[in-house]
Amino acid sequence: MPFEMRLEPIAEPSLARRLTPPALAIVASFVVAALLALIAGGNPFAVFGLIFKGAFGSKFALLETLNRATPLIFTGLAVSVAFRAKLWNIGAEAQFYAGAVMTVVLGTGMLTLPPMLMLPLLAVTAALAGALVLLIPALLKTRFGVDEVVTTLLFNFIFLLFVSYLLEGPLKDPMGMGWPKSARLIPEARLPRIVDGLRLHWGFALALISALALWVIDRKTTLGFEMRAVGQNAEAARFAGIPVTKVILKTALLSGGLAALGGYSEVAGLKGSLTQDISPGFGYTGIVVAMLALLNPLGVVLAAFFVAAIFVGADSMSRAIGVPSYLADIMLASALLLMVLAILLTKFRVRRG
Amino acid sequence: MATEKRGAGQGEPVLRLLGITKRFGQVTANENVSFSLNEGEVIALLGENGAGKTTLMNILFGQYTADEGTVEAFGRPLAPGNPRAALDAGVGMVHQHFTLAGNLTVWENIVLGTQRLSERSLSPRAAKDKIRALSGKFHLIVDPDAKVGSLTVGERQRVEILKALYRDARVLILDEPTAVLTPQETDALFATLREAIALGLSIVFISHKLHEVMDISHRVLVLRHGKLVAERTTSETSREELATLMVGGEVRAPEFPAMPAGPALLSLKSIFTDKLFDLDLELCAGQITGLAGVSGNGQGALSDLISGMSTPLSGEMTVAGQTPKSWSPRAAIAMGIGRIPEDRHKTGTIADFDLTENAILETYPEGFSRRGWMDWARAHAHTEHLIETYDVRCPGPEARIRLLSGGNMQKLILGRVLEESPKIILANQPVRGLDIGAVNYVHSRLAAAREAGAAVLLISEDLDEIMKLSDRIHVISEGRLSPAFGRGEMSAAELGKWMAGEGFAHAV
Repeated sequence: MPFEMRLEPIAEPSLARRLTPPALAIVASFVVAALLALIAGGNPFAVFGLIFKGAFGSKFALLETLNRATPLIFTGLAVSVAFRAKLWNIGAEAQFYAGAVMTVVLGTGMLTLPPMLMLPLLAVTAALAGALVLLIPALLKTRFGVDEVVTTLLFNFIFLLFVSYLLEGPLKDPMGMGWPKSARLIPEARLPRIVDGLRLHWGFALALISALALWVIDRKTTLGFEMRAVGQNAEAARFAGIPVTKVILKTALLSGGLAALGGYSEVAGLKGSLTQDISPGFGYTGIVVAMLALLNPLGVVLAAFFVAAIFVGADSMSRAIGVPSYLADIMLASALLLMVLAILLTKFRVRRG
Repeated sequence: MATEKRGAGQGEPVLRLLGITKRFGQVTANENVSFSLNEGEVIALLGENGAGKTTLMNILFGQYTADEGTVEAFGRPLAPGNPRAALDAGVGMVHQHFTLAGNLTVWENIVLGTQRLSERSLSPRAAKDKIRALSGKFHLIVDPDAKVGSLTVGERQRVEILKALYRDARVLILDEPTAVLTPQETDALFATLREAIALGLSIVFISHKLHEVMDISHRVLVLRHGKLVAERTTSETSREELATLMVGGEVRAPEFPAMPAGPALLSLKSIFTDKLFDLDLELCAGQITGLAGVSGNGQGALSDLISGMSTPLSGEMTVAGQTPKSWSPRAAIAMGIGRIPEDRHKTGTIADFDLTENAILETYPEGFSRRGWMDWARAHAHTEHLIETYDVRCPGPEARIRLLSGGNMQKLILGRVLEESPKIILANQPVRGLDIGAVNYVHSRLAAAREAGAAVLLISEDLDEIMKLSDRIHVISEGRLSPAFGRGEMSAAELGKWMAGEGFAHAV
């Protein structure tokens, strides 16, 4: 008789049962990476040492990691809040760009206000832009049952082409020597550094505050209760009188807004202007971050930090000993796959036959 | 037709179940069920939802292991808990929900799983020839090269049957095969089945459609509450008798003293939906109105309508003297309708929410949130109160509700509903799957609500339950509602006639 497996649900997993598999997943992804580093001709211990040093080895390295984690916290939160309500937002990339575009539209001289007014205004308008970008697929889903996985994913490409058009046309910097980039933000529109002399801007603080706020919304507010109910069992939620459609639309606004804040933070805090490559896929990596965090808002902060550290560290390691920095992508991919397996193992027990 | 069937099915037993018992926790799904199927015979397995038909078939097919009892096919015992054993012994099953791959062709679907991965070569031509031969022999017309995704439901079912025949099945088990078919397709299916019997196959036909059972079977086995309650030769029974056997009928009148009927709290006039036809219903204060009927005759549609999950195509609805402006679950709750849904796992509760969250699911906007913030302290206190008042046995208000037994889950739902002092109570199958203690508890609570002046609609497929509790009884059949019958006015057999569709003025 062939070997057959059966998954048996576990009624109430213990804390150890819930924490061990994810931890093993991380360890296993390191083992996979070590094998690949060997194949690429590097000593795995040296490779990991250099990755660690590149991510945390100096004040500069640590700040670089935190800067890299900032947009990932925003997109990770955007994805986790949507996924928790079973709204499959794959379009954080487009919403991120929507926030960035809105920031340069208003922040490059169209209006000038004191920073105390200018910065909140830009944040709010950027968030609204991102919210609207996700509202369209959400309406198509609730009205006509159009699958939002498809619409949000495809909208990423449309929006990136739209950004490209803007940067070659209406938003093109006249002083940019022909490069497709926007003009620089006026000084009033720049997010200041948290501590003078340290290269870390207030966008990072805003990301942490957003994570905390989302955690509070989840547990303490009516909206959070409704979002969880709709996500876990939409039919029971509808039967109980929860306005399911409204909750999905509110979730879409929140999710799109969070991703757009990432774009705002990246432009106003770090880059100062918009280029087409301002996001190396932050919207997509946000999905990885959210999954690694098991969709928990506070977990997103840790997961974003972990992902950013691997990317920053791998870049540095690659410069030092020439093992390709693609190792970072493989580590993330294997961590994610193993994590999905790990989640299964926290809920089920594998039995033979 | 009966004469034509007489004499068939006298061959050797091909399938024999002996003393099958299966328990899930406190609930016994099958209790000491024994029967045998003879060569060339069609037996019908008749029973309501939850009577234990599916569990029995899952035991036969190795999905479950029986706690007691054995299964024999062609005189040899089947290894318990092994899905292949039945297939290898020549027993094939056609599931209610098809197990076909839409993007593969008919022949690929049929061949799928007949070979081990280690055998590489397969001759499509030989396979297709065999399928064509079977097609012709059993009148199962279907093109082996067609994609399954492009087939009609009736054609897909033929593929399922061919799949079983291709594996040389000599016993076919059909689980509610006509549920998805048009009348013409049903006729075609029955022609195929008669052909199969003539060629020596044997069939177990699972259904709750009485006329089909009368039409196709030689013998009828009736399951109720997991027990085999009756066995009849089809030619010697009637639809009415079967209906009564299926739903019970030992009880004659309610246990509670009669009360004068109060004003109508909910009235429906000339309601039409896609499942209900010209339906009039009044629910009066201080009365339990029972809705009897064989499942799938419009109970779900009526329940959805009253609970706010759907709106009628036409007709009038009055709730406590008012015509609702718009109709939704929230409107139903706001107008004083307490709802106990049919499926407490899928509709009534959110499995991974704790007791508190489930307890306030319907009432949080009014009672447990202020300006957008949840008042968890109050919610906990409320839940503690429900747990105590309604005797919910649980680890505490913070336990996830899926850890509770069905009875305790139902008590929490009951508490959630009754604590709001609803004027109207919709109780759809409120005791299905509960143990006897929980059944009595739920019934006494519903009776107490009636005495407090609520109008209760009790929907049940168990006629005993209906007769035990109801002041008035309606029978629903094919979306039509019978007149109201008073306490003890009708015997179970008379109600059985209405359930079988007799007595209605207009046909549908």
